[in-house]
Amino acid sequence: MTAALNVEGLRVTLGGREVLHDVGFSLEPGAFCGLIGANGSGKTTLLRTILGFTSPSAGRVALGGAAGYVPQKLQLDPDMPVRARDFVELGLNGHRFGFPLPSRARRAKVEEMLAAVDAAGFAGQRIGELSGGQQQRVLIAHALIRQPKLLLLDEPLANLDLRAAAEIIALLRRVAKQGVTVLISAHDMNPLLSAMDRIVYLANGRAASGTTQDVVRTEVLSALYGYHIDVIRVHERILVVAGEHGAHGHEHVATIP
Amino acid sequence: MTLLQPGFFSSLPVQNALLIGAGAALLSGAAGVFTVLRGQSFAGHALADVSAAGGAMAYLLGISPLLGFFSLSVLGALALEALGTRRAAGRDLAAGIVLGAGMGITALLLYLDVTVKGSAGAAVTVMFGSLFATPPGLGRAVALGALAGLLGLGFIYRPLLLASLDGELAKADGVNTRLLGAVYLLLLALAVTLSAMAVGAILSTALLIGPAAAALRLARSPVAAMGLAALLGLGCAWGGVWLAYQSYGWTPGHVWPVSFFITALVLVVYAAASLARRA
Repeated sequence: MTAALNVEGLRVTLGGREVLHDVGFSLEPGAFCGLIGANGSGKTTLLRTILGFTSPSAGRVALGGAAGYVPQKLQLDPDMPVRARDFVELGLNGHRFGFPLPSRARRAKVEEMLAAVDAAGFAGQRIGELSGGQQQRVLIAHALIRQPKLLLLDEPLANLDLRAAAEIIALLRRVAKQGVTVLISAHDMNPLLSAMDRIVYLANGRAASGTTQDVVRTEVLSALYGYHIDVIRVHERILVVAGEHGAHGHEHVATIP
Repeated sequence: MTLLQPGFFSSLPVQNALLIGAGAALLSGAAGVFTVLRGQSFAGHALADVSAAGGAMAYLLGISPLLGFFSLSVLGALALEALGTRRAAGRDLAAGIVLGAGMGITALLLYLDVTVKGSAGAAVTVMFGSLFATPPGLGRAVALGALAGLLGLGFIYRPLLLASLDGELAKADGVNTRLLGAVYLLLLALAVTLSAMAVGAILSTALLIGPAAAALRLARSPVAAMGLAALLGLGCAWGGVWLAYQSYGWTPGHVWPVSFFITALVLVVYAAASLARRA
């Protein structure tokens, strides 16, 4: 089976500093994968390189089909008269030139996509007035309407409360089950662990990938961080604790599926 | 005192002023919606000030003011594009540098207009406009320029809207945002040029930003905002021409500046839109 995303030996240098060192992993179609790492670990650089915004100094990225992208948040004034419906429609034809003529088929497709992400109820509202969770649904609909094979999301849960985050994860899980490969970046793996098929864990520009059990282990994370990391399993939860040399103090608590 | 002056519609200077005002207002209103959406009001003002150098150059060389304003405005747009960065702070910095350079050149050219060509009124006309004193053939050229600008805006409408909302997202969707930004700046240069013809270089930002900002507060979609901004701008331009014409009867023998009335109406329209939005 052709991989939906194949990253091999990727090195990226920004401002004279190598941000990603020999990063490699592969995702199958329909995989639901978390790109986990602390702030500054290289997650956004990796996403930007996959999207083609940043050129690698070495290595390659191969996509099995079109990629859709969901940014963290739209910085829009609430007064801007752009409705959720308009924004999803731009996902369909925003790259095309010429003034759009009314189209019943296009409108039906937009409404179908809004319904698929449970956004029909606020489709007529200005996008700047929507809550973080509602805006994420609209952004996801915008990215999905052109039926990409791969969906890349940059910290989609960063500004959401627990309930909204759980709803977005459930939605993305549904998307992955329909065959779209989903790669979500997150600095906190807590909300994601129970849903992900696999993770790509980034630290110091290096990556380890596999299932949670494969990656979230003392020896793997210690090798990534370059100092001792304890992974403690307590009452079906994972506690990741930086060792005494971990001056950068990095800690995660998560539930094992 | 005569409150209503006769002969408004039969006056050739008025007809010319209405045509130039319409062309400037329609294109500036529509383009202004994107200027506001993209947070480029300062860049628009910088282009207007740079275009003043073109107006002053036209006096010095004896060429069409439209050509003078437009050529320098395009140079300003190219300079903004060359200096500009993706970050808003960088864009403002570039606009500030281009604005300063443009005003410096304007000062030199206006000095030469007065000392070499003896055009004492050049400074007031270039900076604050003189709509009733424009050459008769200019109206048609402005109308054609506005039509070309509106067609251009319509052509790039969808990618420009997407890039104005989120540049990274537009790039991910396959939009060449750099090229699009450059084309938009050229259209903005055209809009600013036409507005400078109507209300002068310094005041042209009023026609670019005011109607668009008001329309964005009231409209339900970007297309509706473009249409409404164009209509509000048209109302301000024509209303300003009418009021200036009537002012001949308020202070006999003197016509108040059209630019004053147009910019005052723009302010009233924006204030009314803000109040309506809050209500």
